[in-house]
Amino acid sequence: MSNNLRFKTSKFIDETYRVSFKFNNKTYFGFKGDTLASALLANGIHLVGRSFKYHRPRGIMTSGSEEPNAIIQLHDNSSRTEPNVRATEVEIYEGLVASSQNCWPSVNFDIGGINNLLSPILPAGFYYKTFMWPASFWEKYEYFIRKSAGLGKSPKVADPDIYEHNYIHCDVLVIGAGISGIMAAKMAAKNGFKTLLVDEKSYLGGSSIYDNSEFSKINNQLTSSWLEKEINEISKLENLEIKIRTSVAAYHGYNFLLARESLTDHLPINQRDNKVRHRLLKIRAKKVITATGSIERPLIFDNNDRPGILLSSAIKKYIDLYGVACGENNVLFTNNDTAYETAMSLIQRGIKINAIIDNREQVDSKICYEVEKNNIKIYKGFSVVDTYGYRRINKISIMKLSKDGQTVIGDKTKLNCDCLGVSGGWTPAVHLFTQSGGKLKFREEDQVFIPDVYPSDQISVGSCNGDFGLDEIIKNTLSSLKKFLNIDNSEYKTLEIISGLNQSKRNIWLLPSDKTIGKTKSFVDYQNDATSKDIKLALREGFRSIEHVKRYTTTGMGTDQGKLGNMHALGIISETAGTKMGEHGTTTFRPPYTPLTFGTIVGRNVGEFFDIFRRTPIHDWHVKNNAEFENVGQWKRAWYYPKENENMHQAVQRESKAARDSAGILDASTLGKIDIQGTDASEFLNRVYTNAWSKLAVGKCRYGLMLNEDGMVYDDGVTTRLGENHYIMTTTTGGAANVLGKLEDYLQTEWPELDVYLSSVTDHYATISVCGPNSKKIVSKVIPDLDFSDENFPHMSFKNAKIGNIKCKVMRISFTGEQSYEINIQANFGKSVWEKCMDAGKDFNITPYGTETMHLLRAEKGFIIVGQDTDATLTPIDLQMDWIVSKKKYDFIGKRSLYRSDTIREDRKQLVGLLTENPEEVLEEGAQIVSDVKKSPIEMLGHVTSSYYSPNLKKSIALGVVKSGKNMLGQKLIIPMENKNINVIVADPVFFDKEGKRLNAKL
Amino acid sequence: MFLINCPFCGEREQSEFKAGGEAHIVRPKQPTELSDDEWAEYLFMRKNIKGVQFERWNHIHGCRKWFNMVRDTSNDQIKAVYKMGEKPPVK
Repeated sequence: MSNNLRFKTSKFIDETYRVSFKFNNKTYFGFKGDTLASALLANGIHLVGRSFKYHRPRGIMTSGSEEPNAIIQLHDNSSRTEPNVRATEVEIYEGLVASSQNCWPSVNFDIGGINNLLSPILPAGFYYKTFMWPASFWEKYEYFIRKSAGLGKSPKVADPDIYEHNYIHCDVLVIGAGISGIMAAKMAAKNGFKTLLVDEKSYLGGSSIYDNSEFSKINNQLTSSWLEKEINEISKLENLEIKIRTSVAAYHGYNFLLARESLTDHLPINQRDNKVRHRLLKIRAKKVITATGSIERPLIFDNNDRPGILLSSAIKKYIDLYGVACGENNVLFTNNDTAYETAMSLIQRGIKINAIIDNREQVDSKICYEVEKNNIKIYKGFSVVDTYGYRRINKISIMKLSKDGQTVIGDKTKLNCDCLGVSGGWTPAVHLFTQSGGKLKFREEDQVFIPDVYPSDQISVGSCNGDFGLDEIIKNTLSSLKKFLNIDNSEYKTLEIISGLNQSKRNIWLLPSDKTIGKTKSFVDYQNDATSKDIKLALREGFRSIEHVKRYTTTGMGTDQGKLGNMHALGIISETAGTKMGEHGTTTFRPPYTPLTFGTIVGRNVGEFFDIFRRTPIHDWHVKNNAEFENVGQWKRAWYYPKENENMHQAVQRESKAARDSAGILDASTLGKIDIQGTDASEFLNRVYTNAWSKLAVGKCRYGLMLNEDGMVYDDGVTTRLGENHYIMTTTTGGAANVLGKLEDYLQTEWPELDVYLSSVTDHYATISVCGPNSKKIVSKVIPDLDFSDENFPHMSFKNAKIGNIKCKVMRISFTGEQSYEINIQANFGKSVWEKCMDAGKDFNITPYGTETMHLLRAEKGFIIVGQDTDATLTPIDLQMDWIVSKKKYDFIGKRSLYRSDTIREDRKQLVGLLTENPEEVLEEGAQIVSDVKKSPIEMLGHVTSSYYSPNLKKSIALGVVKSGKNMLGQKLIIPMENKNINVIVADPVFFDKEGKRLNAKL
Repeated sequence: MFLINCPFCGEREQSEFKAGGEAHIVRPKQPTELSDDEWAEYLFMRKNIKGVQFERWNHIHGCRKWFNMVRDTSNDQIKAVYKMGEKPPVK
């Protein structure tokens, strides 16, 4: 560590605590309190990365979250590896490992640097222009472009860290703990507001906490000393919660904000286990005070991106906060007074300042005189026109600015330096304000956008509100807070403030050069390598909107979102186009303010919690019996039960055969069940189903089809009349919640006069379906007290019964075409009754079957599955289900739509059966159906919706929708596949037991 | 994210609610007597206003009641909420 660069006087650095870390495989030392950036600078390292497009050497530019250049890969090759981390925000810890990105083989020698030499042929829009022709080559180009794109490496294994989400409600949220944020938090908390103060840094006080300047004092104390006492005071306030390392990422409407609290990133790796790494705070605040400060602007001149060029305020912070000098021979380049504060800090530590280059002709504030008194040469009315040095700046050349600032004149002077501090004035950090929907206004005097119209109960104070002088900040913060919080007592007696800076500035967005613009590289967006030349090119090519220029040049589209350069881009656009800044507005500020890790966003919703699922009461039995599961809606449903080495096909064939030959058993608990009661229940069903319900006798079941108002099939299921005014409706598994919602909607909004009550009882019952020729024998054993004779208990009827003491509802209904009984019992008895059925069915080879077999069996019968054979474009008529649409009923949901000009078209897609010419060939679901493969383009007539090999028919069967399919019975159609065309014959969709004999067959 | 004042439950997070499209579109009492065009008007045609809009909302993860809301879509300010069947309290 070079002793020349570290000043052992900063109270923020613990010099007794040495920390070793690795950067690009070399070990360095820093101290506790350092950031990676300050520790690297203390070691004399400026070059940390390569730029995105031209691979130019880049160094640390700032000291905070606005950093565009010093983005690094943290934790190489581990599960915690993280790309694009700003070195300026990483607090160092023992064992930290970091490396440069976007360079190969190393940051010092990077092959990609050739792009810099090629830059004349890589202008804005290069990719758009070059790789357009021939269009068919894009896939080849894309491969290479993708390879060279992107920064850093993403982790390849699961993230070991824990993340969580947390809701916070508060009266007042204060964002930013700089001087105005601290004052705001104190005023709010002391006046009875439950207050939360957050700051992205690891310390409180913002830039004032290291402001030891004699030129800005409060009550005759150094600003830093005064502020320290304030912080000390507020940390004892009960009404105030303070969160550091907490960055507000998003400010949404109604004062809803997202913030990331970083909890372990600053700890040594071995102290992080089992701790929450990041917490995403979801904050709902009654009032919000934004005190996010401002970001220093760079200056735009030729080669303004070399390592060793920093913001002047960053140089000051590295000295005053971290005790680190960024260079031993400094030059400052400014258009305002800020750089003179940096100069005073350098002078106090005895660090050499070679010169100050000031755009302004007149430099006359107190601090400037003081700097001049220290024999620092100030070049007034000058500008930097070029810089030199490849991996680190070593020289600059300067020239006199013309009166209008449009050109440079006179001789070129060269000055040596190893560090150049630049200051182009300040940009209020209005990002969060605009995210919340706030409208900005442009202040011509100092060329800044400041908050104008607030969309919610909020206020901006301090420099994010455009107040830059200490006196202005404090005075305006106090007065606007009194109003905002509606309080008389500001908690602050008269404050005497001395401010040695004046706010004069000579704003030139793009500084002139002695070269033509085509020969310069003046970077506006450092991270994306967008130069002033690119912006001018975009304007020449006709782009006018800022949003378009942004996308064409990629200005402001890096991970830093152009925190430094966006204003300059706007300035250059308006200067070049001759328009007014205020009229342009800004590009949209979008969340997050600084990037969030995916872990933070996802929180605990990982692994099995990624998507919640529902289990039936019989689930454990299925698991025990080797079931494979399928997701249906949120349910885990048994899919099939492979025995020994069976694959899915074999298992399904066996199950399907068994169900028709003897007996099958299915867990149907997932079907939606809605309990419907009320004196108008029958009328209600009449209105929601296509068929008639009034005449359904108590104890009988009926299948119903539900449409949308547009006439398209929405859901189906069997509804049973339990009593005069009492029904239970079943819905599809996936549709249950939506059907209930739809029914409630109609009841509440269209038919409030109906006396009908709905309750979802899906979870209350376990439903066991026993089917097959031997099903009656099995259920008779399970429920011996019930008379299962066809006379007493015919198809489509219902009985209350008891299994021991367990009440059950039994329906004789069928989705397989076999005799079939559905036993509904209270959910917690589900498994025991299932086991009873299995036991009773032992002698009949009762075979548990899953959803796949259920689908196959119903396809043999041509029964539709809503959502598989239908897709919200099919009417009951299209499905050849005319029989279920009542002709007599005056109205039901969707009725009027069934004879719209579009729904009565003959050539609509209609459901048909499909039989392959080769009975062994099974079609692919989703495959296209055509009639002629020779005529190009081939007309698509429809597609296959369901397809199986039927073990009961010993042939392949399929359902599909085909244009005018109803009239095509017996016709040949073609299913074109990748390697072959499959011939099919259009058939009736009912393949098995067309007469339905098996439902009542005596066996 | 909005804070919505459910007329039955009070102020709740938007995540508890579901938006249900334009309000005050009454289902025709005698659909069969409508022409295709008239039926299509009810079925398909919806306003999409930049400015004050009348909307249906459902407190789906709360009381499950439907209600109406007056919202300015240009700035998401909720001007009023009122029960089904009630007249809008603002124009």
